[in-house]
Amino acid sequence: MTTAAASPSGAVPGTVAGISAEALVALRVDMIRFAQLQLRNAESAEDLVQESIEAALRHASSFAGQSTLKTWVFAILRNRIIDHLRTAKRTVPMSSLVEDGEDWQEKLEALFNEKGGWRDGPRPVAWPDPEESMQTRQFWTVFETCLDRLPPNTGRVFMMREFLGFASNEICTQLGISTSNCHVILHRARLKLRTCMDSSWGRPGDGRC
Amino acid sequence: MLNCKEVTELCSVEMERPLRLREKMALGVHLWMCTGCTNYRQQVKTMREVAQAYAAGRAITTERGHVDPASSDGSA
Repeated sequence: MTTAAASPSGAVPGTVAGISAEALVALRVDMIRFAQLQLRNAESAEDLVQESIEAALRHASSFAGQSTLKTWVFAILRNRIIDHLRTAKRTVPMSSLVEDGEDWQEKLEALFNEKGGWRDGPRPVAWPDPEESMQTRQFWTVFETCLDRLPPNTGRVFMMREFLGFASNEICTQLGISTSNCHVILHRARLKLRTCMDSSWGRPGDGRC
Repeated sequence: MLNCKEVTELCSVEMERPLRLREKMALGVHLWMCTGCTNYRQQVKTMREVAQAYAAGRAITTERGHVDPASSDGSA
């Protein structure tokens, strides 16, 4: 094999079936952030991203170009994270799930009055068009920040559900918690995430998170 | 009658399993009268859409939408 200094047109160095290693490396930062949000462990996040990039290069021929490269690579990464969570069986101890709830449960309670009705401030008003907002960088920064503010285990359950598409039954089994407990955790995650997104994006200029 | 706090719980449960008839009716009655919870329910759905878009790599992390004024068409 020779490495020609000037490659003939059409054959870009480091390119496999139309996917350049550089294009993949450019996605690396986003991939690591995505993995780390869920694993909260820099080392395993980097490992999984590295494996995913290698797998993408190995299977480059199956990238049909029907989706964007990023979508395709993120699907590979998601599957890696799912496998990792299933095999690692890093069961979250029940106690820490309870702890997650204790501290901020009061803050969530404060959204409602004694009768369980919305207080005036937090009462939801319609959000701007999400499709439009999703085109902006600022929106995603808010989303990531708000996810990061969820208590660790609550965030993990939420992301297993919404990012990785685990059924709530499977989450319960994996974490050794009851279905109703799982539903409570997801409910609190949504309440909290909504409050954060509402103040940072849903009602600009209302600064409260 | 369900209060708003209970309704927010139901809006979350609804994302996890089909509601029972009784739950559906109670939710429907409350939402009919309460715009706060109607908005909340919509927002829970929006959060799922956003999360799925994020997990599909749709997050914008560089200003790709930014148009260089020099290269935009010169029509006034």
